[in-house]
Amino acid sequence: MINFKRASKPLLGDWFVIIASLMVTIYLFQTLWTSAPASQLQIRQADKIMGTYDLNQTRELQIHGPLGDSHISIHQGRVRFKQSPCTNQYCVHQGWLERAGQVAICLPNQISLQLIGEKKPYDSLNY
Amino acid sequence: MNKISIKTSKEDHHIAKLTAVAIGLHVLEALFPSPLPGVKPGLANIITLYVLIQYGVNTAAWVSILRVFASSLLLGHFLSPAFVLSLSGALFSLAALWLAQHLPRQYFSVITLSILAAFAHIAGQLLIVRLWLIPHVGVSYLIPIFALAALVFGFVNGVICLRLMQK
Repeated sequence: MINFKRASKPLLGDWFVIIASLMVTIYLFQTLWTSAPASQLQIRQADKIMGTYDLNQTRELQIHGPLGDSHISIHQGRVRFKQSPCTNQYCVHQGWLERAGQVAICLPNQISLQLIGEKKPYDSLNY
Repeated sequence: MNKISIKTSKEDHHIAKLTAVAIGLHVLEALFPSPLPGVKPGLANIITLYVLIQYGVNTAAWVSILRVFASSLLLGHFLSPAFVLSLSGALFSLAALWLAQHLPRQYFSVITLSILAAFAHIAGQLLIVRLWLIPHVGVSYLIPIFALAALVFGFVNGVICLRLMQK
């Protein structure tokens, strides 16, 4: 009990604990905050999964929704809505998606794109 | 009419005073807005640490748990999720302190106790959040922020406690 009171600066063991907890914190940031690059694309129209596509290709897709065809382009690891029949064009303005877990949704045409990595990260659609 | 009297020792009075300070700090802290619910300095824990060193772990447990109950009554959180979080955090950090008090004291000061208690505190709270309040893996996204807050505030509170004890 007495030694506790005498110490006026961090002791050797304190520095050990500080460095250890700093390393734990950095490790947590690295593992929980970095999203892996995506490998696959899943397209949904309304409540149906229209298909799962490999991202490492260059391909143009046309998905039919209630307003018409949405043009989706896959280009070497990334994907975007290229053209959409909706009025607000939010999906097109969202631009390229490339990391696992990213999502672009076109509500008027009921189409969503979701990128999937090696492990499926948090389901932000159902969150 | 019977007069009810409770025999109190000098130590009881001292514990009551320290608990009152802890409650004051807890309520004061609740006034300040936080960028993320749960990220708070936890100034009341300085009192818990102080009591742990001056009086031992049993008294520290009394002060800590009394503080949780009394503050929640004052703030109107009693038995709400905020109270449950506060209580689980307090119990986890007491458990950590109970274990950590056996560390060799020539190498480990109160700063170590403070940091370990802070980490145990967020662990207890996140467990309740994950199991009960937000049963979703997305909670893990917040863990690094809470860990960083525990490290920073645990260290700062430990240093404050160290300085207090020199007076």
